[in-house]
Amino acid sequence: MSDLLLPPEQRYAKLIEEKFKEDGTELQILNLGPTHPATHGIFQNIILLDGEKVLDGEGTIGYIHRAFEKIAENRPFYQINVLTDRLNYCSSPINNTAWWMTVEKALGIEIPKRVQYLRVIIMELARIADHIICSSVMGVDTGALTGFLYVFQYREKIYEIYEEISGARLTTNMGRIGGFEREWSPAVFQKIEEFLAEFPAIWSEFEGLLTRNRIFMDRTIGVGGISAEEAINFGFTGPNLRAAGVDYDVRVATPYCSYEDFDFEIPVGTAGDCYDRFCVRNAEVWESMKIIRQALDKMPEGPYHADVPEYYLPPKEDVYTNMEALIYHFKIVMGEVPVPVTELYHCVEGGNGELGFYLITDGSRTPYRLHFRRPCFIIYQAYNDIVKGGMLSDAIITLSSLNIIAGELDA
Amino acid sequence: MALDNQTIQKTLIDQFGLSVKEFHEQHDLLVFEVAPDTLHAVVQFLKENDQMNFNFLTDVCGVHYPDSEENRQFAVVYHMHNWMDNVRIRFKAYLNGKNPVVDSVVDLFKSANWQERETYDFYGIKFKNHPQLKRILNMDEMESFPLRKEFPMEDEGRTDKDDRFFGRTIHNC
Repeated sequence: MSDLLLPPEQRYAKLIEEKFKEDGTELQILNLGPTHPATHGIFQNIILLDGEKVLDGEGTIGYIHRAFEKIAENRPFYQINVLTDRLNYCSSPINNTAWWMTVEKALGIEIPKRVQYLRVIIMELARIADHIICSSVMGVDTGALTGFLYVFQYREKIYEIYEEISGARLTTNMGRIGGFEREWSPAVFQKIEEFLAEFPAIWSEFEGLLTRNRIFMDRTIGVGGISAEEAINFGFTGPNLRAAGVDYDVRVATPYCSYEDFDFEIPVGTAGDCYDRFCVRNAEVWESMKIIRQALDKMPEGPYHADVPEYYLPPKEDVYTNMEALIYHFKIVMGEVPVPVTELYHCVEGGNGELGFYLITDGSRTPYRLHFRRPCFIIYQAYNDIVKGGMLSDAIITLSSLNIIAGELDA
Repeated sequence: MALDNQTIQKTLIDQFGLSVKEFHEQHDLLVFEVAPDTLHAVVQFLKENDQMNFNFLTDVCGVHYPDSEENRQFAVVYHMHNWMDNVRIRFKAYLNGKNPVVDSVVDLFKSANWQERETYDFYGIKFKNHPQLKRILNMDEMESFPLRKEFPMEDEGRTDKDDRFFGRTIHNC
């Protein structure tokens, strides 16, 4: 039996014994996690240490595995939305929208331009919220709490926008097949305008606090680096890949939701280390704000959902007065939505990279198979390779710079 | 010249003959089927051939088809992506229901490591030459493979809930 199949503790016990016999050095095992404050979620890293140097490590995950794929196989399509919320809970609107786009692709529904623009706005806001958390927490892990507290109130502002649109802050459950459940109120647009007016000053101040900060630079430059080839080999996508110098972005490679209408840059790094990841995320926040601005300026008029009565819940007053609406309402609520037999893969650029849904339908009320391609899950397998040979404190900062979200990791 | 689906299809058939079949396009994606014993060679060819250049393994997952004939009861689905020409493909390898085994591609793509472990964890599909084929999301002591269709979501012995009252019949759920 291969050594790798043993639990890490047993494998390391053997290594520790050998090393001790060889030169009297005592190695030790450190359990980083499952619920260490520095792990940003519930997952464990069993690390073999020589003093402060990391010799080997193994990630153990699955502590919050909730069997989403199995549940999805037993639920009507519109009820799966609440499962996607809980994948990357820092940017749930992206997951929601990605799921609806998958279903719309299966049904072949044409989405009105206005809906696409509204979706772009909400997805970019979600990306900003995601990056706010990751970048500011990187500051916390190097000992700078101020920046975190300073920008976190702006994540709250974004959550207020979610609340205004959907009624929820964290598990947004946003949208329906074909569009949104209701028109965005003027308050939403006002709040977005306020956000766009206030946030740039705050964000540049935050960047000024850390980007050229001596302590922060010493802790992050040259730490946790990964080359472009390795990153591609490990399946990296999103900011972590772009930090290594590869300008792959799903929004540009396979545009969805009218991303081709907007003018924005893809920030890329060079070294693929923690500092580059930080800088790429910060630059992406600026690009996201640019996209939101353009989308608001070019916002087309039109309906807020596609005209698909078989899939879209009719307004409540119609249900009371119109027989056809009542039938559709009943059919949709009971989950009798016929989705044609098909197989498809749809992906979007999530906060962490390519978020994909692989859907197989068999014409029944539930998907035959639904697989989530979760960027975190694929990125995290490289973690132990990256930290090997470095210091323990570097392992912590590498973990936060990869932006591992436990919900997305485990699904 | 950008790589198109006809070229991929022709090159693969020239190279592998009858081991690759059932080519068709589904939602603009070239879809085909690979015999499990040539799977590793196909992935290697797709990755290393200068013309193909599929440099990115997007996704690996399993599917269970309990109603199919015995040699096609499991499928491993691979999504690959060529970033230079921006072409995606999907292919499936159908496996035997009693003994689902397929070659691992971890030596070609490190990203396959955990994805194959996840597939093993959920479906019991074994990947030959995988360096560390053990459960990843579920606990090690578990014996069943939960995403197989024979495992229902809920305990069948449950009596407090009658499906008839929820509009469900055996045909629609």
